[in-house]
Amino acid sequence: METEFTPIMSLLGGALIGLSAVILMASHGRVAGISGIVSRVLPPVIDTKRLPQGLTFIAGLLLAAPLWFGFFGQVPIAATSSKMALLGLAGILVGYGSVLGNGCTSGHGVCGISRFSVRSMIATATFMVTGAVTVFILRNIVGG
Amino acid sequence: MHFLSTLFAGLFFGTGLILSGMANPTKVQNFLDIFGTWDPSLAFVMGGAILVTAPGFWWAQKRTTPFFHDMFHLPTRKDVDARLIIGAAVFGIGWGLGGLCPGPAVTSLLFATPGVLIFIPAMLVGMTVAKFTVLPPRKVITT
Repeated sequence: METEFTPIMSLLGGALIGLSAVILMASHGRVAGISGIVSRVLPPVIDTKRLPQGLTFIAGLLLAAPLWFGFFGQVPIAATSSKMALLGLAGILVGYGSVLGNGCTSGHGVCGISRFSVRSMIATATFMVTGAVTVFILRNIVGG
Repeated sequence: MHFLSTLFAGLFFGTGLILSGMANPTKVQNFLDIFGTWDPSLAFVMGGAILVTAPGFWWAQKRTTPFFHDMFHLPTRKDVDARLIIGAAVFGIGWGLGGLCPGPAVTSLLFATPGVLIFIPAMLVGMTVAKFTVLPPRKVITT
């Protein structure tokens, strides 16, 4: 299914994500990596010192969609695929891969590249390529 | 005040994801579908974010310490190892399969669409398995 090309909205949304990363860096000296923030509240090693800040950030993230709905009266969340087994597998791979590779789209793709980190540039290029190959296979070969 | 800044950071991040289209899995998959129904919008998300973050980080780090903390915690590793590549590759496969990454998934949680209710627990399982198996956990943040 096609989606509309939205350069302005995407640029503005991206700028807001960037602003968030800058706030976190300026106030707490931390990189805004969502997989890191989420995975740090999980066993076996729970970083209790950073737990309150992590949970506060997650609370803000959770509040964004209901507030958007409150202001604009429009549900901001689009449907996922209806193939639940596929989404379960996707979740496991995203969770496992982001911890193994020390980051996801935010930590590597935004913060890492903005710090000119070679590791993050390579990680970003890698997940873009495997993501593109996966979508190609899913849509053209498997027929999803 | 320091909790408020974190709360707003989370709120801005989530709003940015919604505004930009990252919270739409089909749009994410279309970005990755270069030879199909390609939608290049998400390149603008990353572009917009980096345009703000790169100078913003430079500005933030001109201070000797952050506003509400005693030091900056920046990843210091420079080496590219197999773990990084394999992790990113696996992450990308999952990202392509579902069109979801951790930020948009969490942002979508309260609207509780069935797909996200499957994806998030699975993601937490994947993260926990990785934390248990990839030991000792190498700390990225050291400074």
